[in-house]
Amino acid sequence: MSASAIEISELTKDYRLGFWHNRVRRSLDHLTLKIEDGEIFGFLGPNGAGKTTTLKLLMGLIFPTSGTARICGRPIDDVKVHAEIGYLPEQPYFYDYLTARELLDYYARFANYNSAERRERVNRFLELVGLASAANVQLRKFSKGMLQRVGIAQAILHDPKVVFLDEPMSGLDPIGRREVRDIIHNLKIQGRTVFFSTHILSDAEMLCDRVGVLVEGKLQGVGAPSEMVSMQVNAMEILFELREGLALPATLAAAKSIGGRNHVEVPEEKLYATLDELRKCGARILSVSPVRPTLEDYFLKLAGKKPSAPVPMEAVSR
Amino acid sequence: MSATTGPVAINTFREAVRDRVLYNLIFFALLMMGAAILVGEISIGIERLVIIDLGLTAISIFGLVMSVFLGVGLVSKEIEKRTLYTLLAKPIERWQFLLGKYAGLLITLAVNTAAMTLGLAAALFYVGRPFVRSDASILIAIYFILLEFALITALALFFSCFTSPMLSTLFTIGVFVAGVFAADIRNFGALAKNPALKGIATLVYYLVPNFQNFNAIAAAGHGDHIPASLVGQNTMYAVLYVAVLVLASSAIFSRRNLK
Repeated sequence: MSASAIEISELTKDYRLGFWHNRVRRSLDHLTLKIEDGEIFGFLGPNGAGKTTTLKLLMGLIFPTSGTARICGRPIDDVKVHAEIGYLPEQPYFYDYLTARELLDYYARFANYNSAERRERVNRFLELVGLASAANVQLRKFSKGMLQRVGIAQAILHDPKVVFLDEPMSGLDPIGRREVRDIIHNLKIQGRTVFFSTHILSDAEMLCDRVGVLVEGKLQGVGAPSEMVSMQVNAMEILFELREGLALPATLAAAKSIGGRNHVEVPEEKLYATLDELRKCGARILSVSPVRPTLEDYFLKLAGKKPSAPVPMEAVSR
Repeated sequence: MSATTGPVAINTFREAVRDRVLYNLIFFALLMMGAAILVGEISIGIERLVIIDLGLTAISIFGLVMSVFLGVGLVSKEIEKRTLYTLLAKPIERWQFLLGKYAGLLITLAVNTAAMTLGLAAALFYVGRPFVRSDASILIAIYFILLEFALITALALFFSCFTSPMLSTLFTIGVFVAGVFAADIRNFGALAKNPALKGIATLVYYLVPNFQNFNAIAAAGHGDHIPASLVGQNTMYAVLYVAVLVLASSAIFSRRNLK
């Protein structure tokens, strides 16, 4: 049986604080998670939840207090595993005296490509992230969004099997975000595993096979976005127009008017009765749609709870 | 140099060049030109001594300042600017990174020193003195200065692996000063009546590198012969000291959490 792309077992990180290092703050609490080959996994959580700590532990930048993790079957303290992974840190900084081309060439040297291969790869990846025209500009003149693109290019330059991206959409405009989404999607098509942390829930909903929600260092839930938000219908939303001079009955006083159109949310069991009332008062029904909880609702619900409070979601990987 | 250490070293050298560290050479060139012109006017017969003394002292001071301040920043700047995060996610061991940074700064110092040596030679040439066989001692003195730089850089690297840049600078300068006065510290220990003081002085004497061993400026100025045995001893001394410091730095840095 082949190993999972990422296997994390009981990973815990404590930081010692204070002058005498006598206070302990737990940043990550017994994280257990398994991510399969070819999966796109979104790691969600509010600021300070432990997302970046998890990524730094997996990269070997910090060392766990307890627990273990393996990437592509190798323990994370084996430097050989780094040949198989790509990593984009949160708000990346690079050697600003280098040009984008020089920086990528520098990183490509650690993958042992010869000079012709390096040149070809660097050009291809500069093109991929939309920086071909700025290839020879020093990074100190780059905007935050451009640095983010360089960061993504260096993370995938060597065709890694597993790509770790810490807030990859951060600092990007809508077009940039769309391009990064496409890059991540293409990585999946190529069979690579992508593990990324994000605050932008719509990106996670669009891209991820599964997401995990981390709150105060504890994993609160893991599952497919559709599983997390469930198909349960909270209410029905009716959008309608009223002819001039007509008034709504008192039972529809809750209806709100936006841009000349009205909408009202009613419980599913009252849908047909409400539609009858609207028809009687001469309203023109434009649409009827179910209101379902979003991933954001689920996320906010978890983030607002104490970590110890149980949530109706399986907190272990499949 | 290995496939991983080499690129780090080259990049460190490139950083120094692009950050205009080598601009100090302009000051050195101006100093040498001014000194050559001035000495030609006022010191009949001792141009050689003055130019060599001044040149070697300037090479030493300029290089020392670079060794301390760039050495202290080798690791701390990479952590502070977080450039290290992406680099250590590549297949490179932390000790290879450290060795690359160290080698890169040594290359920078060597290039800087070589350029200053050419400046010194030009100044000597200007005062109209033909080069003679005993001038080899100037090159040996410069070699000793380079060994001194290697040691100071290793010290700065060592301290910066576990403390802040400011404290690393203070510690490095402190050890350097103690090393320059190592013989005096030993004599002080020998004269001290308090056994604790005697013990501390002896410990400091054996612990800090004896930088006086590397000072051959006066000998070079007077054209004295510098024995090959001293060259061998100083080389061994510096290599061993540097090896211990770089190994200790690697051991500390390999366990450090990069928060």
